[in-house]
Amino acid sequence: MKRRNFLRSSLGAGLAAGAYMSFGSYGKAFAGKPFPSGTNYDLIAVMGGEPAAMFDMGIQAMGGMGTFVRKGQKVLVKPNIGWDVVPGKGGNTNPALVKRIIEHCYRAGAKEVYVFDNTCDNWIKCYNNSGIEQAVKDAGGKIVPGNSESYYQEISIPNGKKLTTAKVHELVLESDVFINVPVLKHHSSAMMTGALKNMMGVVWDRGYWHRNHLNQCIADYALYQKKPQLNVMDAYNVMMRNGPRGVSVADLSNMKSLMISTDWVAIDAAGAKMMGKEPSSIEHIALAAGMGIGKMDLSTMNIHRMKM
Amino acid sequence: MKSSALKHIRTVFAVLVLLLFTFLFIDFRGVLGDKAFGPILYLQFVPSFLKFAIAGVVASTGFIAVLVLTVLTGRTYCSFLCPLGIMQDGISRIGGLFKRRFRKYGYKKPYTILRYFILVMTAGILALGGVYVLTILDPYSTFGRFITYFAQPVALVINNLLASVLGKFDIYSVYRVDIKPYELAAYIVPAAFLSLVGILSFRYGRLYCNTVCPVGTLLGLLSKVSLFRIRFDEEKCTRCGRCAMACKSSCIDFLNKKVDLSRCVNCFNCIDACKENGMSYGLVRLKQKSEDDAGTDASRRGFIAGSIALIAGGSQLLRAQGTTPSPTKDSTVKEDRLYPVSPPGSAGISIFTSRCTACTLCVNACPTNVLQPSVSEYGFAGIMQPRMDFHSGFCNYDCTRCTDVCPTGAIMPLMIEAKKLTQIGKAVFNKENCIVHTEKTACGACSEHCPTKACHMVPYEGNLLIPEVKDEICIGCGACEYACPTRPYRAIFVDGNPLHEAASKPETEELQAVPSEFPF
Repeated sequence: MKRRNFLRSSLGAGLAAGAYMSFGSYGKAFAGKPFPSGTNYDLIAVMGGEPAAMFDMGIQAMGGMGTFVRKGQKVLVKPNIGWDVVPGKGGNTNPALVKRIIEHCYRAGAKEVYVFDNTCDNWIKCYNNSGIEQAVKDAGGKIVPGNSESYYQEISIPNGKKLTTAKVHELVLESDVFINVPVLKHHSSAMMTGALKNMMGVVWDRGYWHRNHLNQCIADYALYQKKPQLNVMDAYNVMMRNGPRGVSVADLSNMKSLMISTDWVAIDAAGAKMMGKEPSSIEHIALAAGMGIGKMDLSTMNIHRMKM
Repeated sequence: MKSSALKHIRTVFAVLVLLLFTFLFIDFRGVLGDKAFGPILYLQFVPSFLKFAIAGVVASTGFIAVLVLTVLTGRTYCSFLCPLGIMQDGISRIGGLFKRRFRKYGYKKPYTILRYFILVMTAGILALGGVYVLTILDPYSTFGRFITYFAQPVALVINNLLASVLGKFDIYSVYRVDIKPYELAAYIVPAAFLSLVGILSFRYGRLYCNTVCPVGTLLGLLSKVSLFRIRFDEEKCTRCGRCAMACKSSCIDFLNKKVDLSRCVNCFNCIDACKENGMSYGLVRLKQKSEDDAGTDASRRGFIAGSIALIAGGSQLLRAQGTTPSPTKDSTVKEDRLYPVSPPGSAGISIFTSRCTACTLCVNACPTNVLQPSVSEYGFAGIMQPRMDFHSGFCNYDCTRCTDVCPTGAIMPLMIEAKKLTQIGKAVFNKENCIVHTEKTACGACSEHCPTKACHMVPYEGNLLIPEVKDEICIGCGACEYACPTRPYRAIFVDGNPLHEAASKPETEELQAVPSEFPF
């Protein structure tokens, strides 16, 4: 896989997209700063529609998927597929949303769109019962396993306080564009799971994070250079308690909402608010904001609110 | 029938059966649906017999069919249906390739005392409630272990190489599967039997089947009165001895023109070998039948009676040691587990250990690898019987795969709703090991994975939350133990229920109103 990545970054750069950069992969060009979105919004918030329709509306306000995905690029879409539960239980990202995002990527000219998660329950059951495997196939994307350590490669996070190395899935390294699609949920460990917490599904050894100040590790990982260029938060059926797996549908609040942002701290702050919590009370959000990874003060943000 | 076609039919059929059963125990992708297992395993003698004895259902009458088949045709089972027998034919064939240097065929006397001793001991101990001799000797389970322990890892290596190559071309339909060996001691019995079966079949054909295998010996008794059998044509036979040299069972006494039917496995090699068409397979002639009956070994009856007395005393001793596990309290083991955890559907530890023949089918079928062969957890006699090992995996909440595949009834079918309320053990929290207590940082991996929230988080120091377990809704799935990041000892572990219990349903309450405006 490393070899392929190398071939891609050396040969691929000389092809269609070669004019954009002198060398290296696209990801590096965007590292450390938000993607130039073409709009001035810090956050798009949509309410009242079905997930796919809300995304259509939201991404349009962001200037369309073409702002993020260019012709011939490899895109990684990372939903939360952590649990062996069916859609409607709020445990995983909505499959219809995942499908629509992939469709937008292809329409914008993506060469290939990949989807994976390092699941908590058995990965085959998760992929299957979440409806996401089928959704990805229907949209023409590639669903990729994340079940074996051999798919993961060591990276370093030089400025991490607790987390300085991690093994990340090769697709994170190989893709040109990274779209993070968390589902908003209560979480018994991190209090809330959203965009930042969703990265625990791209690394192999989550146990290390739990052993070594979980919330600091979540914030530290956000320093890694291959950041998502776009975050889409599914807040359609929000699990308000008993997360992240959920016990019954009584745990869900049917908020019918969706947020989009290039700033993953901002989108998590908005998610916290949706769940009736102050962003600063969620330790990993506060830590990430304090480390300058993004903004969590929603009152100073340019937010575009839409209702359907 | 004299045609050598019989042998070819047998070969083709046997190869198909062998491939099917090999696949059954290699199927790490779960290709075979839950419904496929019943029909495939229907005719396996020991599993069917055990399940019939436990459940008495029509679906487990396969062993009766085998008995009838044997009375009609002889030991057809051993050459056509027994995967272990067929595997030995394959090994014998390899032995024969070496210019017959290693293979010693030709008529030999049976090990009468040994084979009947093994049969009587197996049956006697089984009758008294101990399955452990059968666990070690059942040919189907022995074969299953060979494949699971030794062939599946090879298949996984090939699969993973293939997955690596295909992955370079962006093809992910073949995925990698990490190879996780079992505990070393679990390999002792399979390795010993692989050596025994391998060497005996390599040199002596079906000697194992006719000496050690209790199913072979039992069916041998019946095949003495079978309707169809191999026989000599007195007029055509020239006593050349080719039949005896081709006989895998060493049961043809060509000088006296006799076939030891108790050892003949209906391979039909002799018919094929005879140049004079002097061997045939057909309906018994009355005269011949009475001759064979007269040959019944009289001393055997006395021997069987004597053995029963021996077993009656000995098995009680073994039983006490075997089926009730002693608490594995050990000062160095901080996870202070009193009982191992038996799989859902097994009803309890002693029930499970008295029924399971450790064929490893559930170990393969389990999608999370939580089922692992035990070493000493169930007591010495329970070696290799699977237990729930929550360091290897945890029991998937929405899964009843092991209960669907078990052929012996050691794990009985459970409806998914019943399974979700079957408490196989209870989680025990040990604060002294917990990250929240020792590191004063948030964790909660246990509660995160808990499907019923029996393991939930309660306020601790400052803003920290710490786990607490509600016993009544815990089902013992072990997700908490698996997820717990502390090493070498976990801060939460599942202690088995000796008898499985019913858990309460988690309570649910209504939520507050859904927001209709953005709160930001």
